[in-house]
Amino acid sequence: MKRLTSALLIALLVAAASSERLRAFCGFYVAKADAKIFNKASKVIIARDGNRTIMTMANDFQGEPKEFAVVIPVPTRITRDQIHVGDQRAIDHLDAFTAPRLVEYFDDDPCELRMMKESAMGAAAAPTAMDQSRQNSRRLGVTIEATYTVGEYDILILSAQDSGGLETWLRQNGYRIPAGASAVLGSYIKQNMRFFVARVNLAEQQRLGFTYLRPLQVAYESPKFMLPIRLGTVNANGPQELFIYTLTRTGRVETTNYRTVKIPTDTEVPAFLKQEFPRFYTAMFDEQVRRENMTAVFLEYAWGMAWCDPCAADPLTNDELAKLGVFWTGGVDASTGVRRPMPSPAANVYVTRLHVRYDRDRFPEDLVFQETGNRENFQGRFIIRHAWTGAATCGRADEYRRDVGQRRAQEARTLASLTGWPLADIHRKMQASNTPAAPQGEDAWWRRIWR
Amino acid sequence: MLRDPRDYQIGVLAGLLLYGLTRLHFDISPARVALTLSAVLVVQWLCTHLWRLPRLASHFRGAGVLTPQTLPLRGSSQFDPKSALISGLSLCLLLRANDPILVVVAAAIAIASKFLLRIRGKHLFNPTNGAIVALLLTTDAVWVSPGQWGNVMFFGFLMACLGGLVVHRALRSDVAYAFILFYAALLFGRSIYLGEPLAIPLHRLQAGGLLLFTFFMISDPRTTPDSRTGRVIFAALVACGAWYVQFRLFRTNGLLWALAACALLVPVLDRLFPGSRYTWADAARRPSGAAPQTSPSPSPRPAVAITSARVSPTVRGRLVKGLSS
Repeated sequence: MKRLTSALLIALLVAAASSERLRAFCGFYVAKADAKIFNKASKVIIARDGNRTIMTMANDFQGEPKEFAVVIPVPTRITRDQIHVGDQRAIDHLDAFTAPRLVEYFDDDPCELRMMKESAMGAAAAPTAMDQSRQNSRRLGVTIEATYTVGEYDILILSAQDSGGLETWLRQNGYRIPAGASAVLGSYIKQNMRFFVARVNLAEQQRLGFTYLRPLQVAYESPKFMLPIRLGTVNANGPQELFIYTLTRTGRVETTNYRTVKIPTDTEVPAFLKQEFPRFYTAMFDEQVRRENMTAVFLEYAWGMAWCDPCAADPLTNDELAKLGVFWTGGVDASTGVRRPMPSPAANVYVTRLHVRYDRDRFPEDLVFQETGNRENFQGRFIIRHAWTGAATCGRADEYRRDVGQRRAQEARTLASLTGWPLADIHRKMQASNTPAAPQGEDAWWRRIWR
Repeated sequence: MLRDPRDYQIGVLAGLLLYGLTRLHFDISPARVALTLSAVLVVQWLCTHLWRLPRLASHFRGAGVLTPQTLPLRGSSQFDPKSALISGLSLCLLLRANDPILVVVAAAIAIASKFLLRIRGKHLFNPTNGAIVALLLTTDAVWVSPGQWGNVMFFGFLMACLGGLVVHRALRSDVAYAFILFYAALLFGRSIYLGEPLAIPLHRLQAGGLLLFTFFMISDPRTTPDSRTGRVIFAALVACGAWYVQFRLFRTNGLLWALAACALLVPVLDRLFPGSRYTWADAARRPSGAAPQTSPSPSPRPAVAITSARVSPTVRGRLVKGLSS
């Protein structure tokens, strides 16, 4: 018995010793699937260190600016200078930087071991009017704590005593509130959450010359690390798409009340996806959501901000990070107001990209997050491996071609499994793009023995 | 036929870990599992041998770490891997860390705490809980992922937990049921007060991590109070503490924090509400479903507790073996 235990211990230790080697990434970046390929997607960037949070919200509102108004719950009382207008370009850059990516490799000449031919591919383009009477507000139990204009937005900071009053006040002031919002507002009010309302000041927008709505930012200090999504599910037509990018100091962020699932990565896919990577990624994401019964939050990227491999876009500068709310590294010196020279770019910023499709039934609670110490790098990465096309006449060439055939067949099966696309369609596309799924008779089993 | 409830517990925990690794893609590699399990076994083996040395024991006695009555000096020479394996599997299910050294440290704290931190012969902390909380307090390089189980596999998980409960032979099921009832009442109470749809507390109750905690951690018979009254009070305190951490402090892992904090009150509860000390051997002997005997004596230091306090883990291990063969 003792001997058996010792043997078991040694076996476990040996297994443990050979553990957890970092996998080196390489390959050439060719395409990415940024958030633009998903319709009606909202983006939220949360920069958080300790209890201090700066949240940046961008939406793809397509209608008339005068129709736009948004009620945003925040966990604490806020004052007027805690709301700010952000920079859409920095968000687009962060989105491009963290997007799932397609990379490609070129096989070596099977007859010349370790002689690697490389070819870099070009990356795809990264992508006051509110003067209501305060007395009336008080009667409804709604206090307007501040009203002002910031950028192209008119902002109202509200605190309400009951949801009915808030709802009535919002309706009286021309906001369309969906049925059922009252209950959600009520539960937020009882949790001492505050609200601000933003709507577009057309005159200001015209004066500033922006043709799109810039993102709104709010800074607050609260132990609550959460994102209220319940108001958004009240009147939504079907599931909603949300991207959450967190910028933290220590490590990866995950949801604590929903499962955080890594999207498939490091899988080899057929070469024709180079032309239709965004279509592939949306289909694959649909399929993953279906498999998880739409109850999971998906991790698409988690990495230190200082580097990337392969990079889907250039790393963000400290200036851009400051625009996204990263307040703990460089930026403007609070005491002097002078911009400090930065150390190595963003060495203590960790970015996590989460992607969630949600509706009221399967995501009944607001999203709650935690920052973990997890610094394991993760990226959504799909790989094209090009076969050697040069002359190869040595003995190993036949074997290599057979391997390539099997590889192609496997790539087709992988793609079918990831996306739910019919295998026959995939084979057809592979034939059309000159990478047949089963060249040289993959099923010719006799060749293996009669070579 | 397996008689020791720990055999079933090891089986269920291993099954859950396998499910987590293969289907839920837990952030832990098989190598890390191997490391954790070997570390707990090695530390258990080391502690067993160290505690057998009389001079070391007298040293500790002199240092006041252990009192004479708490230190099982004799009969502790046999290596007992079962409890250590349970701690190891629980660590694999819960604790995540970048650095493998921290996993080894957690394993060492978990096992060593069973030997070092005893009051009247009883472990103070659930070993896994104590180790995790100690590390969470000292470093931000470890974490627990409460969301890793998700909520969809509720029924399968519930079945596994209930299975575990049954094989626990109902000796400490009261604490599990009392806890989940108190906690559910708090969750529903809060949601009703806030006017939230009941889907919210239901969703929270279906969290796999909560069920794992209820049926495999708080119900640990070696660290819960001896009497049923004590256990029900203990369950209520843990439920309130966990709720407070989650909904007042807005921190994660309220369950783990609350259990560790309330564990400090167990000696007080045992003094106020004395009962018979749990041993694994009793559980193996006792027919399924039999309730543990409570001491009729209201004496604050009942004889029965002191005598059973002298039963060492390894003596229990030997008894179980005898019965099951």
